[in-house]
Amino acid sequence: MEWHSYLAGLVGGVLIGLSATWLMVTLGRIAGVSGIIGTLVTARPKGDSAWRLAFLLGLVSGPLALVIAGGELGNVLGRPEAVIGEPAGGVALMLVAGLLVGLGTGIGSGCTSGHGVCGLARLSPRSMAATLTFLITAMVTVFVVRHLIGGGA
Amino acid sequence: MSTLMAYIAGLLFGLGLAVSGMTDPARVLGFLDLFGAWDPTLIFVLGGAVVTNFFGYRLARRRPHPLFAAAFQLPTRRDLDGRLIGGAALFGIGWGLSGYCPGPAFASVAGITWPLVAMLAAMVAGWFLARALPSQG
Repeated sequence: MEWHSYLAGLVGGVLIGLSATWLMVTLGRIAGVSGIIGTLVTARPKGDSAWRLAFLLGLVSGPLALVIAGGELGNVLGRPEAVIGEPAGGVALMLVAGLLVGLGTGIGSGCTSGHGVCGLARLSPRSMAATLTFLITAMVTVFVVRHLIGGGA
Repeated sequence: MSTLMAYIAGLLFGLGLAVSGMTDPARVLGFLDLFGAWDPTLIFVLGGAVVTNFFGYRLARRRPHPLFAAAFQLPTRRDLDGRLIGGAALFGIGWGLSGYCPGPAFASVAGITWPLVAMLAAMVAGWFLARALPSQG
C-alpha cells in the first residue's frame, strides 16, 4: 500500500476538479484538453483562441513551477524528487501512440479530461460510454503489450 | 480578463496533474495494467476530480451565465454513435501504448524528451487528420 501516493493522487484530482469548475464558472467552457488545444492548433478560431492559448500556457507552467521549486511535490513512481516521469518508449512508439491519441480524441470529441473529468461530472451518457470505451481499449492494449508480447515486463 | 481566467484554469490543471503523479506514464500504465503490479493512484485522481467537479458544476449552473462570458457552452447531444465509440477506442489504444493522454502529455513539457516531442507532434497531426475526415463515418 502506498497511501502517500494515493493521497497525492486525491489532492491532485481535487485540483483538476477545481480547474474544471473554475473554467465553467468564469468562461462557461468544458475543461477538455484535446478540445481546447486541438481546436486552437487546427482551427485557430478568431476571437476564440486567446483563452485556449492561455489555458495551454497554464497547463505547461504549473508542472514547470514545481520542477523549479525542487520537485518535492511530484508523485513519480520510485523517484520522490521528480515531477515529470520518463516516457514509456522511444520515438517510434510515441509517433504511433500520438497519432492514435490525436485521431481518436479528434473523432471521439474528447479525452480523459473532456469525457472523463467533465463529462462524468455532467452525467453525460456519451461521455460515460466514451470513458468506458477508452479505459477498456487502454487496459487491453497494456495487457497485450506487457503480458502477451512483452512477457510480463 | 477571460485570458487570465483561462490561464488560472490551466495552471490549476497542470499543478493537479503534476501533484497527482499523472505526469508519470509509469503511474498511468500501472493503473491500466490490471494483471501486473496494479497502481490504483489514477482512480483517486479521477475520483477526486469528478466528485469535486460534480459539485462545482452544480454551483456554477446556479448562475444565469458565467462571470466573464455570455453563456455556458455545454454539449447537448446524448446519443451514442460510431464516431464517439470508435474514436474513444482508438484513443485508448494510443493511451495504453504511451501512458500519455493529451493533458499529461502537454503538462510534461517541463521535462521534455525526444519521445515526448514525437508524441506531441503526432498528436497534433492526428487532430488535423480527424478534422480532415468526413463528418459522417
